Amino acid sequence: MGAAENPQQILDPKKRYQAGVLKYAQMGYWNADYEPKDTDVLAVFRITPQEGVDPIEAAAAVAGESSTATWTVVWTDRLTACDKYRAKAYRIEPVPGQEGQYFCWVAYDLDLFEEGSIANLTASIIGNVFSFKPLKAARLEDMRLPVAYVKTFRGPPTGIVVERERLEKYGRPLLGATMKPKLGLSGKNYGRVVYEALRGGLDFTKDDENINSQPFMHWRDRFLYCMEGVNQAAAQTGESKGHYLNITAGTMEEMYKRAEFARDLGSCIVMVDLIIGWTAIQSISNWCRENDMILHMHRAGHGTYTRQKNHGVSFRVIAKWLRLAGVDHLHAGTAVGKLEGDPMTVQGFYNVCREMVTRQDLPRGLFFDQDWASIKRVMPVASGGIHAGQMHQLLDLFGDEVVLQFGGGTIGHPMGIQAGATANRVALESMVLARNEGRDILNEGPQILADAAKWCQPLRAALDTWGDITFNYTSTDTSDFVPTASVA
Amino acid sequence: MRITQGCFSFLPDLTDTQIAAQINYCLDQNWAVALEFTDDPHPRNTYWNMWGLPMFDLRDPAGVMGELKACREANPETYIRINAFDSTKGWETVRMSFIVQRPTAEPGFRLTRQETKGRSLRYTMESYAVGRNPEGARYAS
Repeated sequence: MGAAENPQQILDPKKRYQAGVLKYAQMGYWNADYEPKDTDVLAVFRITPQEGVDPIEAAAAVAGESSTATWTVVWTDRLTACDKYRAKAYRIEPVPGQEGQYFCWVAYDLDLFEEGSIANLTASIIGNVFSFKPLKAARLEDMRLPVAYVKTFRGPPTGIVVERERLEKYGRPLLGATMKPKLGLSGKNYGRVVYEALRGGLDFTKDDENINSQPFMHWRDRFLYCMEGVNQAAAQTGESKGHYLNITAGTMEEMYKRAEFARDLGSCIVMVDLIIGWTAIQSISNWCRENDMILHMHRAGHGTYTRQKNHGVSFRVIAKWLRLAGVDHLHAGTAVGKLEGDPMTVQGFYNVCREMVTRQDLPRGLFFDQDWASIKRVMPVASGGIHAGQMHQLLDLFGDEVVLQFGGGTIGHPMGIQAGATANRVALESMVLARNEGRDILNEGPQILADAAKWCQPLRAALDTWGDITFNYTSTDTSDFVPTASVA
Repeated sequence: MRITQGCFSFLPDLTDTQIAAQINYCLDQNWAVALEFTDDPHPRNTYWNMWGLPMFDLRDPAGVMGELKACREANPETYIRINAFDSTKGWETVRMSFIVQRPTAEPGFRLTRQETKGRSLRYTMESYAVGRNPEGARYAS
């Protein structure tokens, strides 16, 4: 396949369906004149063709292998309305600053997908195509899901609005913490950490992704002691509290059993890990909807396919699928903490979770306008290596609709867990108050915290311990779009 | 104890100047400000008494502060909160809520534990203040 070639679709049926091998573009998977319909599913892939592979043919191959094509001509195409079912690559552009990489846009007819099934959508869009030999690498960068398709999903069982109404908590980010050490504590000791953190001022505590039912702590013990901590702290503060009980298990039957026990104990929220898979997520989401339960999603495992930008699936696509599949909380990055995340890219993930219409925003990695058709908003969660000294940055980056989770930053506090929680809550409320008063928190933030620390000893200790800790490493997952003046 | 509902309960009680600044913020967002009061601050008590309707057409913090003054005078020894309501499509809910008056003494809640099947407990929170006197006289000294 020479780079200079730009093969066109063969329109003469006799030539088109002669047995043998044709280029994908010749078979009809490339159409530069195609006008995407409002009902089409659209995808942007970042592809790296092998040496000597023409980028247009590579784009056509992506469209082909993610829809109807196989490697050779088959006459049975002629028994179908095959023009409709063929996905069409319709646009290709070199990736700015990344030699050998191209963005290609592909349109899929709505009839290619079963309604309400992320499993079916993903089997096509990220099925065969990612192992296709003529491509060195491929990454699904973004998708536009048509309203007609969005409406076949139920989305988050609770959503931001109803979650806040249930908790009666408004006007500030929620505060959480993951219990540490993540493995090894007995049920009784684990519940102690839950109680202390909630009593000190947090709204939520959290099981970590890998705490299920191990020899040191059976899941029922964990649930019983955590709920004792939740209720005790709620009574002593007069405030709603919760603990994300991780119900992840080896089978759906076992997950339902754990979910029911959590419900019977009065828990307002349960959590699952992303690694349970799309069908399990949609099933447990339905259960949550039937049982007035908030569903927290921990994105365990996503870094294996979201982080490297030449190959895999962008997290913004995972976030879109999860909003459709129906989760209420979603870990979406911190930008300033210990885990991967370019600030603009992370803000793009937050927009996908929270907005009713997500607008195209190339510097934030958003290629399309996405109308969510009134599907509920997902509460993003910022978790991983953040502390009270970054409160002004976190509030500036993410606003109020987020759960800020300080695990080590609560439990590792030199004066104890309650003090750690209080430090975070005071830092947060001080910063929200100052922002609402019109102060420039990004610049005045350290001073606002220092002023609050004058009357709040736990905050003083937190700032003394962690005030200078930063994680300044270069992000791997950036949008590759440099903001330039509009040419319109 | 100190009930920590609302978005500023961990700060020292706000002064009237600070309260007016927060109301100003709410009005800048085009939210409608409302006053509510209660002497039953259970966290599941969703419906506090409304002090009039949400002030949909009021754009001046001073007006809200006047209502707050009147509400405080009529309802001493109660909890009063300011809610800000957002009627934007997709929100249509309270966006901010904070306490602007508390009773002098807050006795808090008793947690009762009813033993049930296995190790499970059924938890109930009961307000000491609500238990000891009828509505209107719960926090009076």
